[in-house]
Amino acid sequence: MTTLTEAEAPPPLAPTAPEQKPPRKRGRFTPYWLLLPGILWLIVFFALPMIYQASTSVQQGSLEQGYKVTWHFATYWDAFSEYWPQFLRSVFYAAGATVLCLLLGYPLAYLIAFRAGRWRNLIMVLVIAPFFTSFLIRTLAWKTILADNGPVVHVLNSLHVLDVTNWLGWTAGDRVLATPLAVVCGLTYNFLPFMILPLYTSLERIDGRLHEAAGDLYARPWTTFRKVTFPLSMPGVVSGTLLTFIPAAGDYVNSELLGSTDTRMIGNVIQTQFLRILDYPTAAALSFILMAAILAMVTIYIRRSGTEDLV
Amino acid sequence: MRMEQYEPDRLTPVEVAAIRRSLRSGRAAMTRRSLLRASAGGALAVGGLGALSACGIPAATKTQGGVSADDHSAKERVVNFSNWPEYIDVDDKTKRHPTLDAFARRTGIQVKYTEDINDNDEFFGKIQPQLAAGQDTGRDLVVLTDWLAARMIRLGYVQKLDPSNLPHAFANLSDQFRAPDWDPGRAYSYPWQGISTVIAYNKKALDGIEVKSVSDLLDNPKLKGRVGFLTEMRDSIGMTMLDMGKDPAKFTDDDFDAVIARLQKAVDKGQIRRFTGNDYTSDLSKGDFAACIAWAGDIVQLQADSPDVGYVIPDSGYMTSTDNMLIPNRARHKTNAERLIDFFYEPEPAAELAAYINYVSPVAGVKPYLAKIDKSAADNPLILPDKAMQARSHAFRSLTQKEETAYQQKFSKLTGA
Repeated sequence: MTTLTEAEAPPPLAPTAPEQKPPRKRGRFTPYWLLLPGILWLIVFFALPMIYQASTSVQQGSLEQGYKVTWHFATYWDAFSEYWPQFLRSVFYAAGATVLCLLLGYPLAYLIAFRAGRWRNLIMVLVIAPFFTSFLIRTLAWKTILADNGPVVHVLNSLHVLDVTNWLGWTAGDRVLATPLAVVCGLTYNFLPFMILPLYTSLERIDGRLHEAAGDLYARPWTTFRKVTFPLSMPGVVSGTLLTFIPAAGDYVNSELLGSTDTRMIGNVIQTQFLRILDYPTAAALSFILMAAILAMVTIYIRRSGTEDLV
Repeated sequence: MRMEQYEPDRLTPVEVAAIRRSLRSGRAAMTRRSLLRASAGGALAVGGLGALSACGIPAATKTQGGVSADDHSAKERVVNFSNWPEYIDVDDKTKRHPTLDAFARRTGIQVKYTEDINDNDEFFGKIQPQLAAGQDTGRDLVVLTDWLAARMIRLGYVQKLDPSNLPHAFANLSDQFRAPDWDPGRAYSYPWQGISTVIAYNKKALDGIEVKSVSDLLDNPKLKGRVGFLTEMRDSIGMTMLDMGKDPAKFTDDDFDAVIARLQKAVDKGQIRRFTGNDYTSDLSKGDFAACIAWAGDIVQLQADSPDVGYVIPDSGYMTSTDNMLIPNRARHKTNAERLIDFFYEPEPAAELAAYINYVSPVAGVKPYLAKIDKSAADNPLILPDKAMQARSHAFRSLTQKEETAYQQKFSKLTGA
């Protein structure tokens, strides 16, 4: 939005000189020309696909007869009433993963920003390093780590941790794989860097003198954190949670590989509808419902978090 | 197999291959991104409602026999061949495909070989718009599994083959694959390889539990949460249907529903751990699956690395399917493609292929040639099924489009989505 208003604003008036007119005239359109690639990109890769999907979602037909727009909005309701459990599950899993990411990511980002010293760059590289491998391979690695006969599950079993998670319904039997816990862990792992990076940028910008000032005013470390550090890092928290929650809610790879039949998320449903059942309208409608739901949740969240800046 | 060797957690090459072939593989990252893209913005685009009506997906062309383009075979001595990864012989040193080189030497036709089919559904999604619009897909030969081959023929997306270019193929096609109900005289398709679906197990994980049938998988409480089934509907349903004494070649809606109900019970009580694509191989070799429905070709390869893996063919029989070579509409080099099909039905190239990839060879009379290359492969019933084994093989009947949608719908419900 900002770019648009800036672009529309008249160029600053030169104090005098009508002889400067030619360059000004050329200059007037420069911002638009510069915007052109971006706008074309948005049209081709965002607006057109959206229109196409929106159209698909109100079509009816079959592959053999072709699909026609019939304004059949009932698809939305049918899709939602059929698959609301998967929607709900996606939200829960994504929220769980986001909270875990925040709990794990905040201390780490804090450490990197304030305490890492000369190790800072190394730790940053380690945070980003997993991206050098494919998403799929990273997720599959967890199947080895959490394997039924692997050390992790043995330890959890002997500590009776799994009894607790079984009771909570997060795991089933003596295993972690193919349970909700595994899916949430996979999501957490895969999206953790998206949490850490914005948190780090936010924390790193905090002026160290503010901490000193807080100390001078007799604030304990915890109070300093609560009153100074954390509020100042809010933009990072908000953008970190968004960057984690939004993709996690639409993810289907983790559920596919680490989950079982009762952990299927809405992404899995959309994928199945689109590719296997070839019910394009339902798939498109589900995508739109997901988008609307996330948009609504994000809007409420940003309003309530009370921060305007993201990072 | 000899692919980029990034194996962070001791994935065996077979597993990596399986992962790559698996339906979610190569595409995962990209689709996630497109999902993100779709969910990123607002519903603002709905503004252009008028534009919406203009969209729509055209009906499939109904021309039986497909649409040919001008055949450029004589002038352009190439054939564009799309196949699945790890599905052809590879020379370890040169990384070339000896059979394709032999074909080029003999005919002067260069094969442009692309491994771009990772999943039937995904590949169909990729080429369907072009075929529906009557355009050339840029491919002269594609390899697709039975049910998708059937759909392609039904939709009129593929060309009728010219028998005069296929003398070996006609003579050597093994009886088992001669008359599928979706392409009775093999007018449109010839099998690339056959696939047997069997029950595989991990001896160590079974720990003495006996597994002989699908009933054992579904009912034995000791296997709770350690049983795998396939996301490939026809294999999972077919094996269970055989176990229930019904014939996958002719069944009714009620039979189908009965099978779904039987599987649903197993899902509900937590017996079935997961429905998987090709990635079951890693679950099986790690022992997370004690037993599962599996594809025999994978098992032959797995056994090389994990001695604990074994297989059993249930008394009720097993499912067979094939991956079939088809020539899409508007392909520019139809004759060249037909000559390539025919080439792979000569026993020598067929033996070379079978020795390397371990699937069921559809070529009759390949055995002596295969024995020359690899004696144990020639004696392996999973690669060359003997008469007794062939007699127990069953194929899933072809489905009408309506049935296909309805059955897929029910089956996906079963698998959780």
